[in-house]
Amino acid sequence: MSGTFTKSMARNIFYGGTVFFFLLFLALTFDSHKEFPKRDNHQNLTPQVIAGKKIWETRNCIGCHTLLGEGAYFAPELGNVYPRRGADFIKGWIQAQPTGAPGRRQMPQFHLTDEELDNLVAFLKYTSEINTANWPPNIEG
Amino acid sequence: MQYQSQAVAKPYFIAAIGLFIGQIVFGLIMGLQYVIGDFLFPLIPFNVARMVHTNLLIVWLLFGFMGAAYYMVPEESETELFSPKLALALFWIFLVAGALTIVGYLFVPYATLAQMTGNDILATMGREFLEQPLPTKLGIVVVALAFLFNITMTVLKGRKTSISMVLLLGLWGLAVFFLFSFYNPHDLVKDKYYWWWVVHLWVEGVWELILGALLAFVLIKVTGVDREVIEKWLYVIITLTLVTGIIGTGHHYYWIGAPEYWQWWGSVFSALEPIPFFAMTVFAFNMVNRRRREHPNKAAVLWALGTGVMAFLGAGVWGFLHTLAPVNYYTHGSQITSTAPT
Repeated sequence: MSGTFTKSMARNIFYGGTVFFFLLFLALTFDSHKEFPKRDNHQNLTPQVIAGKKIWETRNCIGCHTLLGEGAYFAPELGNVYPRRGADFIKGWIQAQPTGAPGRRQMPQFHLTDEELDNLVAFLKYTSEINTANWPPNIEG
Repeated sequence: MQYQSQAVAKPYFIAAIGLFIGQIVFGLIMGLQYVIGDFLFPLIPFNVARMVHTNLLIVWLLFGFMGAAYYMVPEESETELFSPKLALALFWIFLVAGALTIVGYLFVPYATLAQMTGNDILATMGREFLEQPLPTKLGIVVVALAFLFNITMTVLKGRKTSISMVLLLGLWGLAVFFLFSFYNPHDLVKDKYYWWWVVHLWVEGVWELILGALLAFVLIKVTGVDREVIEKWLYVIITLTLVTGIIGTGHHYYWIGAPEYWQWWGSVFSALEPIPFFAMTVFAFNMVNRRRREHPNKAAVLWALGTGVMAFLGAGVWGFLHTLAPVNYYTHGSQITSTAPT
């Protein structure tokens, strides 16, 4: 609050600081893009995986599940469900919903075709092969 | 009220309160579903309740920001609003579009809703908080641009204060970063990376600018402390906000396939993120202690003091608890993060 530190100094620091750190953020983003190909498993981004991602999105799976830790915490993490359970279990599980067990959490029945189920599994397999710096700490996610 | 056109803020605040009540109701439904798993199933599955809950939050906050801007800017600019009619028209457009979206969530299966609303043309749906159908997203952009036009024109024709400038910067930033909601690459890592440019750069970036401007405005009104002093500290606080918050985005990049150096950048900068909230709290208490008048609006004074405290505890302290990468490794994807991913 001393007289030497004026409003215009504060304003200049604000604009300078913001521009500097935003540019730094852009530079880090640029560098991240150079690193992504080593980690993001893009080589396995097949048309089937892309179709599976769309199934994932249009059934609002993220509204109950997490994927790589992001989403809702009502139902299990699915980033590593492929190595945890395998394709047949995943498909069978989705087809068997809802369980109807009284008082237990219920997953809706989405009436996915065999092809849609395969696409979804392909997407979950692709996701599980992304390099997530060893997260989650264990296979149960 | 010093200017007649400020009255246009009123429906915005009423709507914000109504939507907030809706948010609470759906929050309670979800809470019950955690305890009684099949509560309201299959009528309102958890994912639908959550979508309604979080989207209502976003919309009432936007209503609140817009209402506050319509109230504040005429007084700051010392002129009537550029177009009160446009403000009122936008209110109804936004309210009806929002209500239709919620009705869609509740009564149409999400996959059908996606098909009906052009998700096959541009797939943007089904990502957390950005579940809105394409027409709603476009509507948000149109309403935001028309609102910004109205506010910017008002500032341009009147007095230009630092508070107005910071508010405008925050509101324009809000609109610009929302545009990343239209970017949904097939590559999941890039999808997540830029998803945070909406979510994090809103909550820990531009929203704090808007909050700071509102707080500064209220403090000038209720304390009578010199504008020069308050605006100076506003700049200091928002400097701290953006210097820590922008790179602080990195605390979301630890485990989603981004380079591992983000564990350092994210930890260091987001560990500093409580500082602007602390500064905001100290600033508000200081200004109120130095007040030159007892303002009869005790609620406004209490809000000015309380908002910083709550933000410091919630976003600052709670956020810091699990923001360091080695801690976050064990808390990521758990309820510690709560449903508000700051």
